[in-house]
Amino acid sequence: MSARPLLEVENASKRFSAVTALDDVSIDIAEGEFFALLGPSGCGKTTLMRLVAGFERADRGRVRINGVDVSNEPPHRRPTNMMFQSYALFPHLDVFDNIAFGLRRQGWKRQEVSNRVAELLEIVQLSELRKRRIEQLSGGQRQRVALARALAPKPALLLLDEPLGALDRKLREETQFQLKDIQRRLKTGFVIVTHDQDEALALANRIAVMRAGRIEQIGAPIEIYERPANRFVAGFVGATNFLSGRIERTSEGAFFVAPFGRIRREACALENGAKALLSLRPEHIALARDLADGAIVGLVEDAAFRGETTQARVKLDDGTRLLVSCAKHAGFAPSERVRLDIGSNAGAVFAEGA
Amino acid sequence: MPRFSPGRRIVLTAPYLWILAFFLAPMALILKISLSHPVEARPPYEPLFSLAEGPALWLEKLQALSLETYRALIDDPLYLDSYLSSLWLAAISTLLTLLVAYPFALAMARAPRHLRPLLVGLAIAPFWTSFLIRVYAWIMLLKDEGLINHALMALHLIDAPLEIYATSTAVVIGMVYSYLPFMLLPLYAALERQDPALREAAADLGASPADIFWRITLPLSARGAVAGSLMVFIPAVGEFVIPDVLGGPQTLMIGRTLWSEFFTNRDWPMASAVAILLLALLILPLVVVERLRAEGEG
Repeated sequence: MSARPLLEVENASKRFSAVTALDDVSIDIAEGEFFALLGPSGCGKTTLMRLVAGFERADRGRVRINGVDVSNEPPHRRPTNMMFQSYALFPHLDVFDNIAFGLRRQGWKRQEVSNRVAELLEIVQLSELRKRRIEQLSGGQRQRVALARALAPKPALLLLDEPLGALDRKLREETQFQLKDIQRRLKTGFVIVTHDQDEALALANRIAVMRAGRIEQIGAPIEIYERPANRFVAGFVGATNFLSGRIERTSEGAFFVAPFGRIRREACALENGAKALLSLRPEHIALARDLADGAIVGLVEDAAFRGETTQARVKLDDGTRLLVSCAKHAGFAPSERVRLDIGSNAGAVFAEGA
Repeated sequence: MPRFSPGRRIVLTAPYLWILAFFLAPMALILKISLSHPVEARPPYEPLFSLAEGPALWLEKLQALSLETYRALIDDPLYLDSYLSSLWLAAISTLLTLLVAYPFALAMARAPRHLRPLLVGLAIAPFWTSFLIRVYAWIMLLKDEGLINHALMALHLIDAPLEIYATSTAVVIGMVYSYLPFMLLPLYAALERQDPALREAAADLGASPADIFWRITLPLSARGAVAGSLMVFIPAVGEFVIPDVLGGPQTLMIGRTLWSEFFTNRDWPMASAVAILLLALLILPLVVVERLRAEGEG
């Protein structure tokens, strides 16, 4: 990266009495990035965001924005704005005054305030509701007012705490596209906190997966999904099958040896004989009806129609159960015997215990 | 019209019966007395109706209703002065109570969650002792050779004792002290309900701590302040014990005037008329506030 990163968090640690919320966390976020902090509840993602916003002070470590150390600045002196999970809209002010709040605190002139609010109402498509009271708005409209209010003072970095958490599923998917579109147009750095892996995968350019106050992996969505760094990331992001086995290196190459058979691995860093864990996504396995010799064979136990795919549960002869996703027209039915094809480099192999 | 089962209907009418029995009926009685003529008798007024006379006489009696007492009430400046002085002292007391209670309520609402029930308990703890005794106790504090004057003189802040006891100042102090919990609790409820994220959002948008107080915390607690102010102002206007115990002979309050009409002058119609007018006077601010509230919600 040539220029300085927009946001640098350097070795931040934070404890709340007995609980370690953040344990030596560092992240860099570049200009114009859409960055997601993903993890289960209590993993420290919200604490990390509040640290950047200035609502919490780190016990150790620094926060820099555009190269300026803001570690000791209060929230109202940081070039960040936050969209709260509860939206935290001011109930005694109307839509216009809510969005104008930050501009007025910064001493914008009347006409400028009016123009800027109109511009934002345009962006979030609420122009006709400018004089509405907050209690008269639907959940989706409130969400957009909250977004507009946070964007109004032109923050260098926008922080979004579970911004879609309170919306129903259909609205959430629509809003994901809107949010991504707005981010791309404004080129403001967005940092989103979410526990929803689909949301993180769909929205972000880069994702940091967190657990217990630490960052487990940082990468592009496809990297996180296809090449998870460890068992936790593989299990948290997307559905997967975990298989225990060991590595066998022969003259023919490397194999992952599972109880039901050997799976070839083209690239494998583990030593011969090492205990290993293979994470196989449901779509890494293909089902076929002709049962060739030496193939991995199983019995379809259940097939659930999921719309664009059908998810089958297959029980292998040794008792292992695998989740397999197949095309919706494949038509595999329960108690059908099938062959399983597993690609030679599908999934991710970890050393046991990683 | 929804149909209700008989049991349900009884439950629904119960509150109205209560209001009728314990509020409207006594009020009607007072109104009736206020319209009668005073007489030297027991009770000291000429009864308007008596069931024994039968309905034939009722109409005649109705025509004989006397507005004389109300005319006297308006003519004699004592009553008007009492009303105005009561309103004035109650208004000052309410304002001071609000100023004292607000920081208290704010501190309670911002205290750690597990401490708040204890603080609320402490706020209402004075109710465990008699109101009368607590008001009498203020004499010990306020009188010329009382604790406050002693302390101030010992510190050489004053040379002669301050004359507080038996003045309107003492009445105001007594009222602020006595009515503090009534202001504190609605204010606390309004402040405690505020989502802390609202203050964080304001700070995040560039508001300084003072800005946050004036633009978020204060406006959002306005309803609590209005509710508390009414709960202090209304009983303070009609207060009798505090002006009687702590006030001087020149402290004019309507409650005292009413009491002396009833018990010193034994003029029940006049006392009742004073009471009716006081009620009418106090309903007015309630109606105004209710109207404002309804508009605010609409």
